[in-house]
Amino acid sequence: MSNEATLHGQHEVIHHGEGHGHHDGHDHDHHHEQSFISKYVFSMDHKMIAKQFLITGIIWAIIGALFSVLFRLQLGFPDATFPWLESILGHWAEGGRITPQAYYALVTMHGTILVFFVLTAGLSGTFSNFLIPLQVGARDMASPFMNMLSYWFFFLASMVMMASFFVQTGPASGGWTAYPPLSALGDASIGSKIGMDLWLVSMALFVVSQLLGGLNYISTILNLRTKGMSMTKMPLTIWSFFFTAVLGVLSFPVLLSGFILLLFDRHAGTSFYLSELFVKGKVLPNEGGSAILYQHLFWFLGHPEVYIIILPAMGMVSEVLAINARKPIFGYLAMVGSMFAIAILAFLVWAHHMFVTGLNPFLGAFFVLLTLLIAVPSAIKVFNWITTIWKGNIRFTPGALFSIGFVSTFISGGLTGIWLGNASIDIHLHDTYFVIAHFHIVMGVSAFFGMFAAIYHWFPKMYGRYLNQTIGYIHFWITLIGAYLIFWPMHYEGMAGMPRRYYNYSSWASFNQFDGLNAFISIVVIIVFACQLLFVINFFYSIFKGRKVTTTNPWLATTLEWTTPINPGHGNWPGEIPEVHRWAYDYSKDGKDFIPQTVPVSPDESAH
Amino acid sequence: MDTTVTAKKKWWAGGYSPFNVSYGKLMMWYFLLSDAFTFGALLISYGTVRFSSLSWPDPNHVFHSFPFMGDANLPLVFVSLMTFILIMSSVTMVLAVHAGHHRDRKAVIKWLIWTIIGGAAFLGCQAWEWTHLYHSGAWWSLNPFANADGTAATNSNFTDFFFTITGFHGLHVTSGVILNIVILLNVLNGTYEKRGHYEMVEKVGLYWHFVDLVWVFVFTCFYLL
Repeated sequence: MSNEATLHGQHEVIHHGEGHGHHDGHDHDHHHEQSFISKYVFSMDHKMIAKQFLITGIIWAIIGALFSVLFRLQLGFPDATFPWLESILGHWAEGGRITPQAYYALVTMHGTILVFFVLTAGLSGTFSNFLIPLQVGARDMASPFMNMLSYWFFFLASMVMMASFFVQTGPASGGWTAYPPLSALGDASIGSKIGMDLWLVSMALFVVSQLLGGLNYISTILNLRTKGMSMTKMPLTIWSFFFTAVLGVLSFPVLLSGFILLLFDRHAGTSFYLSELFVKGKVLPNEGGSAILYQHLFWFLGHPEVYIIILPAMGMVSEVLAINARKPIFGYLAMVGSMFAIAILAFLVWAHHMFVTGLNPFLGAFFVLLTLLIAVPSAIKVFNWITTIWKGNIRFTPGALFSIGFVSTFISGGLTGIWLGNASIDIHLHDTYFVIAHFHIVMGVSAFFGMFAAIYHWFPKMYGRYLNQTIGYIHFWITLIGAYLIFWPMHYEGMAGMPRRYYNYSSWASFNQFDGLNAFISIVVIIVFACQLLFVINFFYSIFKGRKVTTTNPWLATTLEWTTPINPGHGNWPGEIPEVHRWAYDYSKDGKDFIPQTVPVSPDESAH
Repeated sequence: MDTTVTAKKKWWAGGYSPFNVSYGKLMMWYFLLSDAFTFGALLISYGTVRFSSLSWPDPNHVFHSFPFMGDANLPLVFVSLMTFILIMSSVTMVLAVHAGHHRDRKAVIKWLIWTIIGGAAFLGCQAWEWTHLYHSGAWWSLNPFANADGTAATNSNFTDFFFTITGFHGLHVTSGVILNIVILLNVLNGTYEKRGHYEMVEKVGLYWHFVDLVWVFVFTCFYLL
């Protein structure tokens, strides 16, 4: 089958407003050989692009996690020296101790990499690409070409960010939020010199990549659903990718606007964010700007961004839980409604990151209310996950375990969100380790668990082989226990007032009590990091040597991706795209273990 | 066109585009929505800073010049001309799209050329205005204009925002003109005749109208308020 015929056929048919399912059954017999370049590098096949996103994301995750190991060495063992650090970091770790500048660079890059490059591009980039066409029943994305561009813009952004590690003044080091005036003034810190420009350029390229990807995801979901796949028959994964893409398309441009103004402040002498500043004893000429303006623009993206990270994980966990509990998802429409509510509220709560900026308390009150409202849809989702597995016939696959782990961490991290959402408590806890603990558990660890669940679950569809289960179990238990051991104690540190972002706490007697705890956390970080390397080895080993998948539907799931061949070619289905007759969650129904979406509803069957 | 479309058809049941539009047009709409947020963010930033300022330059005083008219005091006349040109180019774009629906290749070519001329004329006007302001001492970080209440400017917020936002809009017009030229070349080559429809003209038309609409807001914010 040639791509041109398939994809062109699809476009034409769509243009005429007919179903594409009827027409592209033809022309699938002759196979079109692709060159290495068009198959593996500049591929327009959504499945290959998904793998490109995933592997790039894995590489970034290793780098980002390694950075956290390095700065945890400083936090856990502030008096120790590690001569091997000097041999890899050179003058950034003179005498075997990370310098303050390097510490801030590592922290900044850890945040940037994990939030954007791993948990946005690596998570929704991978699975939106992989699952949307397969689960809605489409041959590929609406525009495979733009989809390819989306990856390559991400790749370019990655290259620019990577390059910033190697410039003489080092990468950006003002925090992943890049607040001015620090980020706007090259004289204020060496991390605000060329490294900051590269950071901004890289992020601008990243926004372009998100836009190209997001437009594709939205129009594919709306336009290319196969016959019978009404919106309410879609698996929850697709709903979550849909809301994620809408959030990205509407919030990233605001970040871009903020960056444009920041670039002018850096290079054109403007004062959008700058006013009344002294740097190194010199008065700056800038007048009339507002640093708070940047924070508004940043968090207008920054807050939806956390839902861009968590929504795909929520959708995929719903799917994996239902399949492995052999039960229909509980409250399908409530799940969709909650995601919709979360998507709307995502745009209305950004200023809860700014309670201590001098925000008018009257305005703050509204943001408190709207922030606490998010607890409602979140709780609905949590209850629905629990009721889905309640009395289920659970198969404890690694995917299922990670999904259950996701629910656990989402609850523990979500509850502290209610604390922080209250302005009065936030004023005490702001910028302490309590915040670190909160967002790492609810967003970082949870999203990673969702991602791991999805990788274990859909690996057989991606590569036609399984990941090693035993290593999967080891990976799960060490990661779950390790994550709690790392982040749970940070709540106590935060409540005691221990501030984040500090390089060394030894001058504060009140925090000496945490010296042992900090060392303990750092040791667990190293163990958990090593455990993730085990997963990476499992991943790459299994691509080539893993146990082969022998049936098209190894998990006995209902959704469309399991109706394709074990190793689907470009176009996904060798014949016609199957028609959909029922929702995606007919498990343990009418005495049957599961009924695929492609099976017509029989007359004597009770509707779900 | 699909003649079986009836009122009873389940548009959202899959197998159809629920809005009966191609994916390309859908993407253009979502892109415009996204871009509206870019401009929205810039204009709201402008509004925030302006409303927190005690005083602001009077646009009637700042924008009072016209090419070849020397020192004549013609407040907002030139920008009205610019705006008129841009709105007229939207009208010609409507006519190009309309001609495309009727597959009238000649008319598409004619109206697209007029649209391109209109866009280029707008950019020319903007270039003149920027040059003129530059020569009166205005630029990013330089604000020579006194405030409306007679006090001297204490910061460059006015010019910073003016050049950044009109520049960003001008960049959009420039890319719109380039897109229009590409589409015109395709029409001349008969690409859409072979394809059987002129939807690409419609898509760049959407973009063009959007850029025009944004100008209405930029114009209001900087020249009228």
